[in-house]
Amino acid sequence: MQMTRGMRLKEAKSYVAGKLGVSVADLADPIAMHDVRRDLGLGRIPVQELTYPTHAGAMEAKFRIAEVLDVRINSVARFATHAGLGARARA
Amino acid sequence: MERRVRTRLGDGGLVEMTPSEIRADLVAGSELGARRAKATPLTDAEIDHLVDTFASEAKFSAVDMGDEVVLSFDGSGNLDSGTRVDELYSYQSHRGADMLELFGIDYSYKAIKTILPWEAQWMKTAQLNLIAPLQYGAMPDLGRYSMPDGPIPNWSELMPLGRIDEAREAQMAAVEHAVADMVYVADGMWEAGADGLDFDTAGAAGDADLLAALTAIEQIKGKYPDCGIELGMAGECTLGMHGELTYHGKRLAGMWPKDQMKVAQEAGVTIFGPAVNVNTTKSVAWNVARACALIKPCMEEAEIPIHPNVGMGVGGVPMSPYPPVDAVSRVSRALVDILKVDGL
Repeated sequence: MQMTRGMRLKEAKSYVAGKLGVSVADLADPIAMHDVRRDLGLGRIPVQELTYPTHAGAMEAKFRIAEVLDVRINSVARFATHAGLGARARA
Repeated sequence: MERRVRTRLGDGGLVEMTPSEIRADLVAGSELGARRAKATPLTDAEIDHLVDTFASEAKFSAVDMGDEVVLSFDGSGNLDSGTRVDELYSYQSHRGADMLELFGIDYSYKAIKTILPWEAQWMKTAQLNLIAPLQYGAMPDLGRYSMPDGPIPNWSELMPLGRIDEAREAQMAAVEHAVADMVYVADGMWEAGADGLDFDTAGAAGDADLLAALTAIEQIKGKYPDCGIELGMAGECTLGMHGELTYHGKRLAGMWPKDQMKVAQEAGVTIFGPAVNVNTTKSVAWNVARACALIKPCMEEAEIPIHPNVGMGVGGVPMSPYPPVDAVSRVSRALVDILKVDGL
């Protein structure tokens, strides 16, 4: 939100927390966010024994992030175009 | 007898100071910065807070829970473990980076132009494998366009000869080349999926260098409104190597962080990074108080996120290849607590 929307910190935290349905404090709590990221498919950190092959990661997760946060992500839009995905994914 | 605590100088060296000596340095640094920025010095409460931070024996210092900020990076990855994408994974997953940056070791848009297809392929590969936002970064680096490295007469040689008009014309010719190169690289990187561009150490070659960056940014934002633009400054005061250049009617030479931020905002920058240079012979406390006083007016008027530069030798961080964590954490905390910055 800061990088491509130029939002100040407070506004950006509120926006993301609202879209994720969590409190602003939850955003910096790795325990809370681990579950939120799993539930929404936003990608998590794989650590050898604890990998997530059946969950969204990398580009897959960015598709979810674009949808959940309602932002255009350049690499997601280009992936959708190159892969011939629907107009919705490119929006 | 007052206790003595270990703290550091701007070159990273350990020194012992009493809390009273630290306070005196903080006040002196703040007053000097405020004079430069034509602003008010830090308040007594702010100085008290910084004394607590710097007179602590703790190895590490941190902001309160809830005050976490965004960590952006200019040049994430040290090329010491695998590929550049491996390093980006590491920054994303293990080093707490919120924004990543792909970069080439010859950190100049002029140099990157010649290898753009190679760099753009790395961007595409990285974007497929990362989750955190990833920008591409380099320097405007106007000096590269002057002889013998570039095609333009060298203004630094012309000026001592008194050939001022020719020196100014040379800088304007270099600006045209630099803008074209930066926009060209931006085109390629945006097509490859970059989330944004970073123009780092803008103004390193003076006001013409900054003008080139601002002009390129305006063109890039005109073409790609969703493109993130981070502008990191080279120094606290823009040098007047040309002296008469303006951007939207504002003279660039002699600009301090607040006015630098305003022209950056006008150009379309989404994250602005003020840089305050470190005096290596003064304490870290003196340096960070001066940085706070210089940047404070910028925070009060910014409409975009402000991420002060806290690399080696800027923002109060010691000028050292491996800045000590006790100093880096105190500087970071000070900038967040005093200035309420949006990121670092």
